[in-house]
Amino acid sequence: MSTAAVAHAEETSLGQPHLKIGFWTFLGSECFFFGSLIATYMSYRGHSVAGPFPHHGPPHGTGILNIPVTSISSFVLLTSSLAMVLALAACQKGDRKKTSFWLCMTAFFGLIFLGFQAYEFTEFYHNGLSLTKNLFGCTFFVLTGFHGAHVSIGVLWLLSLFVINQREGIPVEKSLSVEIAGLYWHFVDIVWIVIFTLVYLIPD
Amino acid sequence: MADTLLEQETHDHPTPSTYVKIGVILTVITAVEVSIYYIPAMRGVLVPLLLVLSAVKFLTVVGWYMHLKMDPVIYSRLFFAPLLLATGMTVVLMLLFGHFFPHAKP
Repeated sequence: MSTAAVAHAEETSLGQPHLKIGFWTFLGSECFFFGSLIATYMSYRGHSVAGPFPHHGPPHGTGILNIPVTSISSFVLLTSSLAMVLALAACQKGDRKKTSFWLCMTAFFGLIFLGFQAYEFTEFYHNGLSLTKNLFGCTFFVLTGFHGAHVSIGVLWLLSLFVINQREGIPVEKSLSVEIAGLYWHFVDIVWIVIFTLVYLIPD
Repeated sequence: MADTLLEQETHDHPTPSTYVKIGVILTVITAVEVSIYYIPAMRGVLVPLLLVLSAVKFLTVVGWYMHLKMDPVIYSRLFFAPLLLATGMTVVLMLLFGHFFPHAKP
């Protein structure tokens, strides 16, 4: 934030913007939300009686998770986080063109991730895995489905910021709005970091 | 109050090149995670290694991309307190479902 912007920052009892405090509190609640979904998945892990199962190996046989494809989607989401932080850096410097570019790139990478998720969900469904098939299907689709919903909301948010920046520009004094969107996006990314490790990489 | 805000806001922020370097590091860690998944010899240490690597990625994104490292400590408290509670809840549930001691008798 520039010196002028800081001088005009709101006076609060905590010395920090209310919006930022509130949003970090919200992210704390999201930790509980995703924590409960992950806890449920982990609790029921390995308890499915009938297939399809997530991983290879006896006694269950072949697994349904596609690690190479999900690795690529994980890389895409990580790259989108980089694009988001570059968008914020550009906005804080008052570079309107770069802000638009990086916001657009972040949303673009988010859409690619969602495409991978859609592909994965349809493949799993065609291979016999559904919400009601077994414990793995239920917990997997609820967990990754809610994550995908969060990514979708994030993409819409970023595209909205992109449109606002294109029409009237987001001044440096209002870069907090981009920062808040960035916090949401990075949170979605770190949730995926946890999901990718616990669900995909750690075998039963 | 304004001086406090000024002091808090003008501390060094990472440059775009720093963010790119961090992005590269995160990509490398992800590549390592996926690689060790396919190495049979690593199966014995796969789980702790994956947990450590993902924790490093997690904290790197939280600390640098989400600016917790550079921001006032109140944000860290608002985030890590619920995170630790949620993690504890997960561990307790896994214990209750017998994930850590599968051969223990009730």
